[in-house]
Amino acid sequence: MSVTRSEVAKAYEKLQTQAKKKVESLKEKPLVTVGTATCGRASGALEIFNLFQEEIKKNGLDVNVMEVGCMGHCYAEPLVTIYKPGFPSLCYGSVDEGKAQRLINDYLINDDPCFEFAMAALEPNDFFPTFADYPRGVYEYKIVMELCGLINPEDIDHYIAHDGYAALVKVLNMDPDDVIEEIKNSKLRGRGGAGFPTGIKWELCRKAPGSPKYVICNADEGDPGAFMDRALLESNPHQMLEGLIIAAYAVGASQGYIYVRAEYPLAVTRLQTALDQARSKGLLGDSILGSDFSFDVKIFQGSGAFVCGEETALIASIEGKPGIPSHRPPYPATQGLHGKPTLINNVKTLSYVPHIIRKGAEWFKSIGTPESPGTAVFALAGKVKNTGLAEVPMGTTIRDLIFYVGDGIRDEKKFKAVQIGGPSGGCLPESALDLPIDFDSLQEAGAMMGSGGLVVLDEDDCMVEIARFFLDFTQKESCGKCTFCRLGTKQMLEILTDITKGKGNPEDIDLLWELAEDVKAGSLCGLGKTAPNPVLTTIRYFRDEYEAHVNEGRCPALMCKDLIMYYIIPEKCSKLCDVCIGSCPTEAIYTRPDMLKAIDQEKCVKCNSCLVACPPQYKAVIKISPPRPVEEGEMKQDE
Amino acid sequence: MANYKEIIATYKDKPGGIIEAFHAIQKEFNYIPEEALREAAKAFGLSEAEAFGVATFYSYFSVKKRGKYIIRVCTSAPCMVAGGDKLLEALENYLGIKLGETTADGRFTLEATECVGQCQGTPVITINGKPIPEVTPERIPEILSSYK
Ligand SMILES: Cc1cc2nc3c(=O)[nH]c(=O)nc-3n(C[C@H](O)[C@H](O)[C@H](O)COP(=O)(O)O)c2cc1C
Ligand code: FES
Repeated sequence: MSVTRSEVAKAYEKLQTQAKKKVESLKEKPLVTVGTATCGRASGALEIFNLFQEEIKKNGLDVNVMEVGCMGHCYAEPLVTIYKPGFPSLCYGSVDEGKAQRLINDYLINDDPCFEFAMAALEPNDFFPTFADYPRGVYEYKIVMELCGLINPEDIDHYIAHDGYAALVKVLNMDPDDVIEEIKNSKLRGRGGAGFPTGIKWELCRKAPGSPKYVICNADEGDPGAFMDRALLESNPHQMLEGLIIAAYAVGASQGYIYVRAEYPLAVTRLQTALDQARSKGLLGDSILGSDFSFDVKIFQGSGAFVCGEETALIASIEGKPGIPSHRPPYPATQGLHGKPTLINNVKTLSYVPHIIRKGAEWFKSIGTPESPGTAVFALAGKVKNTGLAEVPMGTTIRDLIFYVGDGIRDEKKFKAVQIGGPSGGCLPESALDLPIDFDSLQEAGAMMGSGGLVVLDEDDCMVEIARFFLDFTQKESCGKCTFCRLGTKQMLEILTDITKGKGNPEDIDLLWELAEDVKAGSLCGLGKTAPNPVLTTIRYFRDEYEAHVNEGRCPALMCKDLIMYYIIPEKCSKLCDVCIGSCPTEAIYTRPDMLKAIDQEKCVKCNSCLVACPPQYKAVIKISPPRPVEEGEMKQDE
Repeated sequence: MANYKEIIATYKDKPGGIIEAFHAIQKEFNYIPEEALREAAKAFGLSEAEAFGVATFYSYFSVKKRGKYIIRVCTSAPCMVAGGDKLLEALENYLGIKLGETTADGRFTLEATECVGQCQGTPVITINGKPIPEVTPERIPEILSSYK
C-alpha cells in the first residue's frame, strides 16, 4: 500500500473534527427541526418549515431551523422537534399552523414547552416521557433508522459527526478478504426479500474472474405496501452509500450504481447531493481518503416496472433494454452488468454494513434470532393506528408489531389478517399472530419477508378481493416471458374476478390451488414463483370466505360490490334529515310518503356515499349480502 | 423548451443511455413524442420497433400526448382497501373522463399507478409526481382547484 494506515485515519479525523464542531454549534442556540421526507411533505411539512423560518425572522429570534428525514412516526407528520438549551428535546406531532404559532410564541419567544401537545422527549428527563417509555419503545431497536429524523440528510457533516464513514476508514486498513469474513461471520442476510447470506454473495463476486466489477444498490422498492427504502434514502443516504463503498472495496469494484425508482424524486435528489458531497470530501472518487482505492457511483432511475427489482431484469434495464429477467445461473455475482461480475444488494442490507464493521459481527449476532440476526424494518400500513416505519429485532411477533408498535386496529374494528411481504408474500390470520417474524418462519407459514411491507386488514376487508388485488398486480407486472406466469396468472385472475362477482363455481377453489402450484413450478424468476402466494395463503387460512362467495353469493366482509346492496333501516332513519339524498350521485334515494328515505336498487351504483353521509347518531344505511328483498322490521334488532 | 434532439445527443454515447434520454424527454414534454422516439432509435442504433418496445415496457413512460397535470391514482392493494377504487370513480366523474384520458381543456390526464411508496397515508394520488395522501372523494374539488 502506498499510504500508511495513519494517513487515512488522519484525513478522516480532520473531517470529523470539523463536522463535530459544526453540528455541536447548531445546538448552542435553540434548534427547530422539521421532518421533510416525502411522508412529511405530503402532510404539509414544507409549509410548516417555511412558517418557522418566516416567523423566526420576523420576530428577530436567534434560532436555527433545519430539515431532517423521517423518524418512522409517519402517522404523526408533520413532526417537529425543538432543542432548546436548558430544556429536554421534545417532539411534537401533527403540527399545523396553529400549533406552530404556539410553539413560536409560547416556547421559542417565551419558555413554555407546550407539554400539552408534545409527543415525546428524545432523551430521559424529569419532565416528559421519552419514546422508550411508550409500549412501542419496548419493542423498537434502531440500527439503520437510528439517525433517521435526527440528522440533516443533505449535509454530510451530520453523518460524519455521528461516526459516519468511520467504518470505511477501518475497512481501508483491512484486507478485503477480512472484510468479507466479518460480514460472513455476522450472518447478515439480504433484506431485498430472499434473505440470501450477504457475505457469501460478496465472496462469490470477489472470487469471480473478470474486470471491471460492479456493485449495485437495489432501491427499486416496488412492493405495494413498502416504503422503508425510500425513507432510509431520504433520511440518511450516506449510511447506504458508505455500505456500498465498503462492498465495492471488498469485492474489488471500481464502479457502482444506485438503481432508484423515478417515483422517488426526493430520494434521487438527496442521493445526488450525497454523492456530490462525498466526492468533495474525498470519500468517493479517485484515491478515497488518500488510499489507493478508487470508486465512483452513478444514479440510474427505474421507470415503473416492478419486475426490474429482480436483479437480472435490473441489469438489463441499466443496459438500456426492457427489464426482462434472464435465467440464473449464471448469477450476477459472476456474470452481471455488461457480462462482468456484479454485486447487487438492497438499500437496507448495505445500510447495516457500516454498523457491523464498526461494532463487530458478534454484536450484530447478539440481536435477533440465530438464523436471522439483526433487526428488520417494517412498514406498517392499512388498518393499523400508527402507520409508519418500525425497526425491531428479528423474531418479534406479529402481535407485538401490530398491537404494541402499531397501537392496534383503527376505529375499534376487529383484526382479520395481515398481508406481509407484498405481492410475493401472503395473508396470515389471527392464529399466526404469535409467529416470531424472521425469514424462515414466514416462509413456513406460506408468506415471505419480501421487503417488509405489512398491510393490516380488518373485518371490512374481503380476503378474496385482497388476493385478487395482489394477483392483478403481478399479472400486470409479469414481463410475459414465461408461459405459466403469463397465462397461468391470467387464468387465476379471471377465476378470482368471477368469484368476487358471484359467478364462481364450487370447483373453482381447487382449480385455483392447482393453477397456483403450476405457476410456482413453471416460472423462471421470483415474480412468477411467488405470485400465487397471496392466493394460496388466503385459500389456506380463509377458505370459508371463498366458499361463502361461491356457494351463497355472499361476501362476508361486505366488500364485493356485486354481492352487496345498500339498505336504509326505516327504524333508524330520521324523517327530518335528508343528507343521503344530497350525497347520491344517481338520485337513487327517494323520500317515502312517510318521510323516511329508501333506495331504488335499480338506480344505485353502490358508491358508498350515503353510508358515509348518514350522520353517526342515526347510522341508518347498511350493507347487506347477498342482495335480497328485505321485509320491513326485519333489521330492527340488527346492529 | 429544450429540443429533444439536443437531449438525445447528450445521452447518445452512454451505454444504456436511451432510458435516461427518455426520462429527460418526458420531463420536458410530459410524454415521449413520436418524432423523438424515431430520433432516439436512430441515435442508439435500434429499430423503431425496438425503441418503442423499450418505451412502452416501462409504465412510467407515455407515448401518448398528455395533459398539463398528470393525476395518478394508486391502485395497489393497500390503497384499494382504503377506498382507492371509490376515489378513482369519483375522479372520473368529477373530471368527466375515463382512466387514461385527458380533459378537453388539456389540463388533466388521469392515470393509474402502482404503489408510490406513500402507503402510510392511503389512498394516495400523485399530481405531476407530488404525492397527496389520504384523499377522499370530498376533497377532490379543493385539491384540484390549486392546479390551474
Ligand atoms: C419480482 C421481483 C422484484 C424484486 N424487487 C426488489 C426490490 O424492489 N428491491 C430489492 O432490493 N430487491 C428486489 N428483489 C430481489 C432482487 O432480485 C435481489 O435478490 C436483491 O436485490 C438482492 O439484494 P439482497 O441480497 O441485499 O437482498 C426482487 C425480486 C423479484 C423476483
Ligand atoms: S399502495 Fe398506494 S401508495 Fe403504496
